[in-house]
Amino acid sequence: MVAASLSTPTAAAGAGPGGWIAALLATASGGADALAASRQRAAQALAQIPLPSRRDEAWRFTDLAPLTALNPTLLTPAPAAQPEVAAGSLRLHLDGRSDPLAGISLPAGVEPISGAELSETLGQVLAATGSADLWPVLLNGATARSVLALRVRGAVPTSLELVSDAGGGEGILSLRLLLLLEPGASVEVLQVHRSSGANLTSVVLEARLREGAVLRHGLLAPGDGAACLLATVAVEQATGSRYSGVSAHGGWALGRLEPRLVQREGAAHSALKALQLADGRQISDTHSQMVFAGPGGRLEQLHKAVADGHGRSVFNGAVQVPRLAQRTDAAQLSRNLLLSDRARIDTKPELEIVADDVRCAHGATVSRLQQDELFYLQSRGIAADQAARLLLRGFCEEVLQELPAAAAAWQPLVSLLGEEGR
Amino acid sequence: MIRPDAPVLLEIHDLQARVEDQPILKGVSLTVRAGEIHAVMGRNGSGKSTLSKVLAGHPAYTVTGGTVHYLGEDLLSLEPELRARAGLFLGFQYPVEIPGVSNLEFLRVATNARRAGKGEEELDTFAFEDLVRERLQVVQMDPAFLERSVNEGFSGGEKKRNEILQMALLDPLVAVLDETDSGLDIDALRIVAGGVNHLAGPDNATLLITHYQRLLDVITPDYVHVMAAGRILRTGGKELALELEERGYDWVDAELAALERTPAEVL
Ligand SMILES: Nc1ncnc2c1ncn2[C@@H]1O[C@H](COP(=O)(O)OP(=O)(O)OP(=O)(O)O)[C@@H](O)[C@H]1O
Ligand SMILES: [Mg+2]
Repeated sequence: MVAASLSTPTAAAGAGPGGWIAALLATASGGADALAASRQRAAQALAQIPLPSRRDEAWRFTDLAPLTALNPTLLTPAPAAQPEVAAGSLRLHLDGRSDPLAGISLPAGVEPISGAELSETLGQVLAATGSADLWPVLLNGATARSVLALRVRGAVPTSLELVSDAGGGEGILSLRLLLLLEPGASVEVLQVHRSSGANLTSVVLEARLREGAVLRHGLLAPGDGAACLLATVAVEQATGSRYSGVSAHGGWALGRLEPRLVQREGAAHSALKALQLADGRQISDTHSQMVFAGPGGRLEQLHKAVADGHGRSVFNGAVQVPRLAQRTDAAQLSRNLLLSDRARIDTKPELEIVADDVRCAHGATVSRLQQDELFYLQSRGIAADQAARLLLRGFCEEVLQELPAAAAAWQPLVSLLGEEGR
Repeated sequence: MIRPDAPVLLEIHDLQARVEDQPILKGVSLTVRAGEIHAVMGRNGSGKSTLSKVLAGHPAYTVTGGTVHYLGEDLLSLEPELRARAGLFLGFQYPVEIPGVSNLEFLRVATNARRAGKGEEELDTFAFEDLVRERLQVVQMDPAFLERSVNEGFSGGEKKRNEILQMALLDPLVAVLDETDSGLDIDALRIVAGGVNHLAGPDNATLLITHYQRLLDVITPDYVHVMAAGRILRTGGKELALELEERGYDWVDAELAALERTPAEVL
């Protein structure tokens, strides 16, 4: 991996967690870019609240220690080696500083948003999904220096890859993304976030889907045992729109994903499929929230987790169905594979259902590899450890094969499980 | 085909096994020579599947007595995968569904494991595809089943055909087929039986566990064994199966009662 360039490190990290934020804000302040004003506001908000601790319900199982151990400075990674771009895909490189659109010709139907429209729109989806005050969002707001903002019209056949690699450098890489899908628009977007060092990748995506728009969204994040990931995906859906999000993250010292969806008038379709892995002493966390703010909406959610070693997996799946959201149809399934006695899995549905004419199914299973499945493979000459790997891969594939096609180039199985794909 | 001088492939002697604390096999003895087809019949719960799983090495069963020799070696000391690589094949009564693992890949890994056991080279993906397409015809299976997850969502009959496909690929020396005929429609039964006949030769042997004469109409057994309460109660030729078909299993109770009166220690 190419060495990354660093901003000036500061020495204030030793001053406790509060000092960590202060030190970070000191390096992140100033600047005259388009985000300067909102950065200032986020910084002020962040300075006033304590770091999330395990006394906060939303952080009960998720210790921030790996994060506050990082150097509180901004990171601009150097370009890293990457697989070839798949046919039919356009890759945009995010380093938090340079313009990812420089020298790029966008496909027909996709155009950048800027100026007054951008400053007006930015943050609206965060507000609509109740995400503006989340700590990871404030942290991102206080540190991000640029935003990639795109409008999509009509059916775009090219899939977009939004890619970052924090590399081996120290510090914080902050990425901000905005997608506006006009009525009837459809597009596929794959986020890929990688790291190989002691750094944090903080990413916030806002997506607004107008009537009948379709977003096929993937997020693939194979991490590093020294690195942290805080990813927020805020999605606001109008009627008749379809959002399908497929995510896979693992290998991070602390990796936390927060999908936050709202169907503003109901009558939309949302699908979430996720896989998370935690080995060693890693923490893999997903806190999802789905709000049906109108009737006739649908959610299909599958969350899968694998915990090995001393790893810890956390899933909290909130679904809110207020009185006006009649005829909501929501299904949430959490399936977990526990591969070691010292690993830990916490999984919790959080259903708030006030409407009476609804279907809300939820279920959670935690299991080990099935003896009968292992034996079946062994009875065909496959050694026990290879059989276990096949079963593990099988467990993961159910989600991984749903990632956008462009993900194949990144070899999700190899990068997440650290082994040969085939 | 019975040839008294044919080599012994499998020799089971006074085999006893339990699951948890419950004894199930209570002294099974059986000798299988190359070229032979044995049918094992018996009431539900008599221990037929248990016998097949103990032979294959299922970890839920504990062997508490007796011996099993396979090709002259102690079978019970081998891990399940080594038994399979040495050519012992179990066709499951209830084939297991494995979501997310592609049937094609599973078959390839299994075939290569067996080939390694025979001292043959591994097949690469292309060579294997050729082989599997050829063997598919033995069971007249749609190639589409290769693309699906192992047995997932297969109908009962499709699962059984997939077992025979595995048998056709793994080229076993001793195949134990546990009720491979149940749940098959008439055409499928013919196909599966045809597959078994096709694969049976002078150098290998087959143990057919079945409830039905209709399979034995198509595959002629050299021996028929009747299991009851964890033992082989009687052994005969193919006419024993016809007799069972006519008389049912009521006579079994009388013979079992007689056995129970003879304390096992005295035997
Ligand atoms: N894993 C197990 N746990 C508990 N009991 C078992 C287990 N396996 C077998 N048994 C019991 O052992 C006995 C023999 O079962 P087995 O499956 O071998 O019978 P079978 O002869 O194959 O019957 P069938 O004709 O119905 O297939 C039954 O009473 C069964 O309930
Ligand atoms: Mg049985």
